[in-house]
Amino acid sequence: MKTLSADVVVVGGGSTGAGVVRDVAMRGYSAILVDRADLGQGTTGRYHGLLHSGGRYVVSDPHSATECAEENEIITRIQSHAVEKTGGYFVATHVDDPAWGDEWAKGATDTKVPFEEVSVAEVLKAEPRVNPKISRAFKVLDGSVDGWQLVWSAANSAKQYGAQILTYHRVTKIERDGDRVSQVVCTDEKTGEEVRINTNFVLNCAAAWGGQIAHMAGCPDVQVVPGAGIMIAMNHRLTNSVVNRLTYPADGDILVPVHTVCIIGTTDQKADDPDKLVIAWDEVQQMLDCGELLVPGFREARAIHAWAGARPLVKDSRVGSGDTRHMSRGMSIIDHSERDGLKGLLTIAGGKLTTYRLMAKNVVDAMCAQLDDPRPCTTADEQVPGSEDRKNYVITHRLEEREHDRTEDQILCECELMSKGMFTRALADQPKGNFDDLRRQLRLGMGPCQGGFCSMRATGVAHQSEHIDIERATGLMRLFLKNRWIGIWPILYGDQVRQTALDNWIFQGTLDVEHLPGPTHEEVV
Amino acid sequence: MNDASHGLEFAQTQVARASLDHCVKCTICETHCPVSAVTPKFTGPKFVGPQAERFRHGESVDHSLDYCSSCGACTLNCPQGVQIAELNSQARAVMKADHMPLRDRLVSSTTLMGTLMTPVAPLANAALSIKPLRTVVEKVIGIHRDAPMPKANTQTITGWLKKRKKPATPASRGTVVFFHGCAGGYFEVETSKKSIEVLEHLGYEVLVPRQGCCGLAQQSNGLFDQASDKVLKLCDELRAAGKDLTIVSASGSCTGMLKHEAHEIMGVDDDRLKDVGTRIRDIMEFLLELYEEGDLPTDFAEVPLTTVYHAPCQLKSQGMGQPALEILKLIPGVEAVESGATCCGIAGTYGLKAEKYDVAQAVGKPLFDKVRDVNPEFALCDTETCRWQMRKGTGATVEHPIFVVHQAYGLS
Repeated sequence: MKTLSADVVVVGGGSTGAGVVRDVAMRGYSAILVDRADLGQGTTGRYHGLLHSGGRYVVSDPHSATECAEENEIITRIQSHAVEKTGGYFVATHVDDPAWGDEWAKGATDTKVPFEEVSVAEVLKAEPRVNPKISRAFKVLDGSVDGWQLVWSAANSAKQYGAQILTYHRVTKIERDGDRVSQVVCTDEKTGEEVRINTNFVLNCAAAWGGQIAHMAGCPDVQVVPGAGIMIAMNHRLTNSVVNRLTYPADGDILVPVHTVCIIGTTDQKADDPDKLVIAWDEVQQMLDCGELLVPGFREARAIHAWAGARPLVKDSRVGSGDTRHMSRGMSIIDHSERDGLKGLLTIAGGKLTTYRLMAKNVVDAMCAQLDDPRPCTTADEQVPGSEDRKNYVITHRLEEREHDRTEDQILCECELMSKGMFTRALADQPKGNFDDLRRQLRLGMGPCQGGFCSMRATGVAHQSEHIDIERATGLMRLFLKNRWIGIWPILYGDQVRQTALDNWIFQGTLDVEHLPGPTHEEVV
Repeated sequence: MNDASHGLEFAQTQVARASLDHCVKCTICETHCPVSAVTPKFTGPKFVGPQAERFRHGESVDHSLDYCSSCGACTLNCPQGVQIAELNSQARAVMKADHMPLRDRLVSSTTLMGTLMTPVAPLANAALSIKPLRTVVEKVIGIHRDAPMPKANTQTITGWLKKRKKPATPASRGTVVFFHGCAGGYFEVETSKKSIEVLEHLGYEVLVPRQGCCGLAQQSNGLFDQASDKVLKLCDELRAAGKDLTIVSASGSCTGMLKHEAHEIMGVDDDRLKDVGTRIRDIMEFLLELYEEGDLPTDFAEVPLTTVYHAPCQLKSQGMGQPALEILKLIPGVEAVESGATCCGIAGTYGLKAEKYDVAQAVGKPLFDKVRDVNPEFALCDTETCRWQMRKGTGATVEHPIFVVHQAYGLS
């Protein structure tokens, strides 16, 4: 058993938790973040990559629209390396009423979301694949953001201020001393060791899992409803700007270019368990139909991966319990001293990735108020590590980097242009990490071959490091392939079938991967 | 690029890009690329094609793609139908839209070069063989001092047509249009003459309308605007000769431009191009079609000749097999040995450029060696620039296969 102590323990390593640990650390508190898995492994890594301009919410949720517009500017600036300034359009397709654009424009004006009405011809010139039958269009400041880079750079900033980040630490219990929180009990998932962290304050940022965490502190019935949505990544960018349908928020109304792919999303279904999300066939079909509406020929283009994420929606008595689409996107802070008579515990949920920094500010402000220790938030004023040069991401970055180093540094993942050097450096930083942990930082296996060629190369290189014996290397490869497969089979049609057949011949036919000698305990998660 | 032309917009967005979805990373294209086999400067067709294309938007950052020679071996061999060479040609056009070297404008102005050189042919030939002058040319515009250059003729094909005697045999088989191309008009005039004489010998009336350049050289240098204008003007000229007539050409690469490249690479979508593109035949393809229909006289005289036959990359990419090889087999005494080479290295204007000259020579080396082994004096090849490259690389006389047919019919 190991015992640590900190002023504040942050539970949850998604965007909210990373933003919160950065905020508390910058305000001078000692802090430890714990997550049962890797950073950004939950909802933060399973969304469509949109950095909202606010345009999506100008009619349905005006308060969120304004917050998004303000935070978009801040995140684009302080985390420039994670954000691409793609710009976006709201377009009325032939099945949408162009007159609704008037209501939308009024909403955008009222909520101070910057926009400009543009001609259909201008949209088609910039984005030639967009449906030529669109009747009206508005230009907005949408961007796309890499959720993992966002989280890691916030966490790295927190570390510079002395915070500790403990991934693969699962919370099992939150101890109390009278009416106060006193200790967080975790299990180190990699070693099995129990870790106890003495603390005065716990900030529950476990989002869709927040109810489970609150329950561990003896605060039952916190209603965070997982609103599940699926997304599909297409093989290449069909548009280089975000394209939104000019309608009241609905399923499948956004196409976002992120890195080399573009992502259509999303659906909204109430889920019972955020760990058991289903990628239903009919939802896949629904997304492809939605894509076809925005970009004719979408169904013939190649889909490479699908996934589902669980929004942490705080139950709102104003809407029916099954209608997650219309539950508030706004953030909610639950003060357990008022609700359950337990001091030193705040739960935050709701909100959206674009406003993660503001959510963090609000919950840390609430903590400071409860502690009667006002300290100002400075998170909007400082660049995170890696974004000091204030340059925003552009799609050509890796192509340019490989143009310079390809003859000296072997390329392991050809689809995503990841070099051997990038892989070995990330592995050295996270020697116990699995290939999915590295993937989230490097995009290993996230291109069209979905690990077919790169995973065996990565396995060979990993085995050359001193920490990984042949059995563990095999286990890492098998786990990676298994996890990739979860996102491949729901979209197995068209060109991806041929890729999958080839990958299958390689791994089953040539390597007989399922019967290679593996570790006694297979890698999990 | 606010005033981006149609061709460039097409290059940035269209058809070939969609075909990258078919890539399964199998690497077969890489194993067929003659350029990446000889130099690390080129990243290879899979890299610059379906892979890099996913990373392209805005500023061009991968300037090494210019090392692609556009030979098309990748597209030809891709089992999945990815238009790899087309993707590369389009990416190059986008890259050069901002910064086009003067050299790439000059070497692609083939008509201009021909019209300028013909009246002063001896002088031009002398000038092109003077090393110090060529060195200056290399320094200023980047054409390698040793690069193969066409020999200017004292007579153009139009000059010959005006002065020659009209054919004695009456035209019993109807009329065809002859497309000679720039090289066939100014430099490789003998090929054009012999082709016309063979067609007339077979009983065709041969019309040779006034004709300009197909724009291929501009296309392969990324000048899509000029190339599109040229190819359509040429279509008008060829169509003016007569409706529904078969168009025959001995200029293999220009034929490819009309058949598929203008449409697939530059997105020229015009009924005039479709009309010409479906009526045009390479001359050896035309003869083979006649043979397969039983309409080709095979009263060939014996021609004692053992020679390498090299099918150029731009001919192979037309997907018609190797018709010259089939025809040569019909001629007694001829033993034509397939070169087995993907590309001679010149790839149009690629091998003329100073920075690519060595690469082009290395690409051509297996072919040059083969020629030396089989017959160091003589070889056959269907396209003009390839013949220049092979002559330069081997010292052999290299001619179009129609020369052998011409001789076998007793015309020379």
